[in-house]
Amino acid sequence: MTAATVTHAPLHPQIAAFHRRQRLKRLALILSAAAFALLVMGLPVIAIVARAFQEGLAVYAANIVEPDTLHAIGLTVLTALIVLPINIVYGIAVAWAITRFRFPGRRILLTIIELPFSISPIVAGLCYLLIYGATGLVGSWLDGWNVQLMFNLTGIVLVSLFVTCPFVARELIPLMQVSGRDQEEAALTLGASGWQTFRHVTLHNIRWALLYGAILANARVMGEFGAVSVVSGNIRGETMTLPLQVQLLYDDYNATGAFAAATVLTLIAVITLVLRSLIEARHPHAS
Amino acid sequence: MALNIQDVTKFYGSNKVLDQVNLTMQKGEFIALLGPSGSGKTTLLRIIAGLQFADGGLLSFDGEDITGTEARLRRFGMVFQSYALFEHMTVAENVAFGLKMRPRATRPARAEIGSRVQALLEMGEIGQLADRYPSQLSGGQRQRVALARALAIEPRLLLLDEPFSALDTKVRKGLRGALRDLQKRVGIGAILVTHDQEEAFEIADRIAIMADGRIEQFDKPENILKAPATPFVAEFLEGLGAWQNAGAGI
Ligand SMILES: Nc1ncnc2c1ncn2[C@@H]1O[C@H](COP(=O)(O)OP(=O)(O)OP(=O)(O)O)[C@@H](O)[C@H]1O
Ligand SMILES: [Mg+2]
Repeated sequence: MTAATVTHAPLHPQIAAFHRRQRLKRLALILSAAAFALLVMGLPVIAIVARAFQEGLAVYAANIVEPDTLHAIGLTVLTALIVLPINIVYGIAVAWAITRFRFPGRRILLTIIELPFSISPIVAGLCYLLIYGATGLVGSWLDGWNVQLMFNLTGIVLVSLFVTCPFVARELIPLMQVSGRDQEEAALTLGASGWQTFRHVTLHNIRWALLYGAILANARVMGEFGAVSVVSGNIRGETMTLPLQVQLLYDDYNATGAFAAATVLTLIAVITLVLRSLIEARHPHAS
Repeated sequence: MALNIQDVTKFYGSNKVLDQVNLTMQKGEFIALLGPSGSGKTTLLRIIAGLQFADGGLLSFDGEDITGTEARLRRFGMVFQSYALFEHMTVAENVAFGLKMRPRATRPARAEIGSRVQALLEMGEIGQLADRYPSQLSGGQRQRVALARALAIEPRLLLLDEPFSALDTKVRKGLRGALRDLQKRVGIGAILVTHDQEEAFEIADRIAIMADGRIEQFDKPENILKAPATPFVAEFLEGLGAWQNAGAGI
């Protein structure tokens, strides 16, 4: 039977009126949501791109390949490349410990790993300066060994680790709580070692959540301003990450340069968004 | 004597869930652990499997002390209540898992693994499902896969935690017979956890009736029916009258 052969009884007028009212309400809601999204999120993005390309493609390109900007892009990518693997290993280890073992202090650990989310990044940066800076507790001791942690890549990496360490763990913990130990225990009784069990069973069950967490962490590492600006020392062409570089260019009255650099950050944000929604669509339980 | 459990005791915090359990199992014997919910059946089975460890007592298998041996070294096949199939692997990959995980020295060649897996699937009458994923199987089929996977490692002992509880009565009866046949054919000992009296009495050579972390009686089904050792056993088995009158093996 095809749809065309189905005949509907005429709709009751009250029901028809109800449907009309529903449609109106829905339309009003959708329109206001769309307008809000456009105003608050869409326009700024458009503005950045428009401003960056205002003086033409050639000027934009010249601004991007400006050595200091290129260096900032490189430094940002390098930071992410160092921070992400550490984050992934740390996230798995913490999630494993919390979901697979019962130990004193487990609840406290669960709270502490969320700490970076509730501390203002700038405060975090200051804390690091206080401890690891040349006059700080650990810093002054290390200074005696001629090791400097702040105002260089190490400092940037350290605070980036701090602000992003919860991302992977908090994606994995709820997933590993529900996916339980069953499959892992089955693997053990079948003779698999702990590492084999992790590689062939656990990793498969958490891989999308892991990727999801890593993407969020990556976006944060690349976009972090506050904490990094405190510990980087703002040395031109040396310790400027991309967000710092944007600020620097803007302060130098080089608005076009600032906006050109900002398009790179925007691009990262858009890619993050697309990957996120792809993962969410394909693997709804990953997040 | 295959498995010997001696004074096994287990606490959860201050809660004693196994109280000096003793159990001796002969080679190739089929034993049922029967008891009400919370009596400690699963805990005992997991201790035998090596997934948990006793706080006191000894476990030995064929004279070898296995009290502290890791699960992966015991080579006891286990069928979980949830089946715990690897959802991202096909049926054939699930069954092959234990063989593939062996260290190189004892791992069969790829072709050998393939033919062994196929033989196991045929034996479990699920040969045509080899390329399916667990999510594409019925409950009864999943149960068969779990059993084939456990048997693939050539286990020294088969452990089953309520393997039929998620199935309807008809499927359950069919599988019960199939399990019993398979176990006799392979010739390994099996311990089945259940709270279904009928199941225990139909399938097992000997039944251990558990209550509150203790074994109240451990004997052949007919002896238990004839002479319940404690008032608890007598009361627990009251519902079994119908089964007895209809004759064993309906
Ligand atoms: N992880 C745990 N932590 C604390 N107590 C537990 C834990 N697991 C089981 N118990 C307790 O141990 C006792 C025995 O549990 P067990 O799972 O062995 O019972 P069972 O006989 O298998 O019951 P069922 O038929 O419901 O599966 C129960 O009182 C239970 O509450
Ligand atoms: Mg149980």
